[in-house]
Amino acid sequence: MTAVLTETDTAPAAAGKQQRRRRASGRLAVVPLLVFVAIAFGIPALAMLNGAFTVKDQATGATSYTAANLTASLQGAYLTALVGSVKLSAVSAAIATVLGLPLAQAVVTSRSRALREAVLTASGVLANFGGVPLAFAFVATLGNSGVLTRHLGLTGKGWNLYSFWGLVVVYLYFLVPLMVLTITPALDGLRSQWREAAQNNGASAFQYWRHVALPVLAPSLLGGLVLLFGSAFAAYATAAAMVGSAVPLVTLQIADAISGNVLVGQENVALALSLDMVLVAGLVMAVYLPLQRRSARWLA
Amino acid sequence: MARLNLWRWAVLALAGLYFLVPLAASVIFTVDVPGRGVTLDAYSEIVSTDGFASSLLLSLELAAATIAVVLLLMVPAMVALRLGAPRLRPVVEVVCSLPLVVPPIAFVAGISTVLKWGPEHLSRTPLFQTFVALQNPDFPFVLVLAYVVMALPFVHRALDAGLRAVDVRTLVEAARSCGAGWPQALVRVVLPNLRGALLNASFLTLALVLGEFTVAQLLGFQPFAVWIYSVGGSQAQLSVAVSVLSLLVTWALLLTLAVLGGRSRTATASADRG
Repeated sequence: MTAVLTETDTAPAAAGKQQRRRRASGRLAVVPLLVFVAIAFGIPALAMLNGAFTVKDQATGATSYTAANLTASLQGAYLTALVGSVKLSAVSAAIATVLGLPLAQAVVTSRSRALREAVLTASGVLANFGGVPLAFAFVATLGNSGVLTRHLGLTGKGWNLYSFWGLVVVYLYFLVPLMVLTITPALDGLRSQWREAAQNNGASAFQYWRHVALPVLAPSLLGGLVLLFGSAFAAYATAAAMVGSAVPLVTLQIADAISGNVLVGQENVALALSLDMVLVAGLVMAVYLPLQRRSARWLA
Repeated sequence: MARLNLWRWAVLALAGLYFLVPLAASVIFTVDVPGRGVTLDAYSEIVSTDGFASSLLLSLELAAATIAVVLLLMVPAMVALRLGAPRLRPVVEVVCSLPLVVPPIAFVAGISTVLKWGPEHLSRTPLFQTFVALQNPDFPFVLVLAYVVMALPFVHRALDAGLRAVDVRTLVEAARSCGAGWPQALVRVVLPNLRGALLNASFLTLALVLGEFTVAQLLGFQPFAVWIYSVGGSQAQLSVAVSVLSLLVTWALLLTLAVLGGRSRTATASADRG
């Protein structure tokens, strides 16, 4: 109590000192966080980077630096898996974008506040719902002995859940809600004056969308598409629980390689594949962040 | 206008169908077993199945430890950044976003490489004991380390939003001039004002840990999600029943969060207007 009083009494000189002390203690409080990240994140990340460029000679046990792992990770089955992952992520992200936009628009333009809250809350929940339970729910629905498969005789019509398109159907379950969440703020930012102005100038609904709404939405749509791509690209649990290895995906290959299923001399190929993934994810972020900043301009 | 409404209801109905059918079908799948008629066996068997209680307990313990560690690291740092050292703020933001660039599967590839150093290089050093302790199957602390890293982006966002809504500096100065010490000002003045953000961060972390599969499975531990997966191979009905239940629990958690978040959002909005 007294200390505080004397400090306020000798205000100007003490204030500077106090501020300096506060800065120092501020830095001190951040140190544990930075140290923790350096250990728990930095060491594994560096180990991955280092391992991706080293091979161990089986005979001598000596390690040497080489790009052989990276080359191997871009060949044969590994390349197929990488391409498969990119294709699956791109297709499901594109479909989710196309489906998410009308859904979000239907919610935004409805005058019912309850509907809006319900859909947005449900989207927040569903967007976080991936993993093993999702895979099992779909196996029970559309798998070989799933309820819908049995009752509608889908197997006879060529349906197979454990395939590329099966995975797309499952991925949409968390990608479409993610798209709704990403695009809703942008749709809210579309002023009704713009539509009215377009109508007064004789534009049809199609022309309004083609020349006004979509160009304004483009950065948000693209940003959302990229975000969905990244989300689908990194997904592992759903695919692992559902298809095993029926569909070649890079995440499944990494898991396989970590578990020791690799050729002699390619022990570190999992790390090289991981590095490939980090590069793709980094690219996604590098595209997403500027787009997000650009789309934020219309929301002000 | 009528046409517009029709179009809107068609879109909503189709979406509702797509999102509700798998859930309904899962419930039917667990209840209506071919050859046995309608039965609730799948649900009553869950509790007595091997590994259910231990894996669920492990997941909850991991979640509690992760929440404690991530909040202990993040709250002082974020509050300190508000009070002083604003130049460090972008640094912390970048550091907390880094895990977004490294997918969990790539992260776990790095972790398993590091863990292999233990037996390969460090077996004669005291560090080796640390490595063994980290991988104790009863409570694998290495998972807590990984989950804290994976939770950083969400926790950062939640706390940042919470801190934006309150004037921490004025609060602390008011508390200090009323005679409170630093710890007292932090615990009794700042933290209660961040209750919403803390709750938000904890719920998100809890949902993350309960559903996490990738890291735990590839490091060879068996928390809840991995257990569901391992049961799935032999007992289809049971695994779907557990999935349905775990979904409902996760949703209840996230819905609580959404409702709480929504309420505080409307509260601040009306406060702004008032």
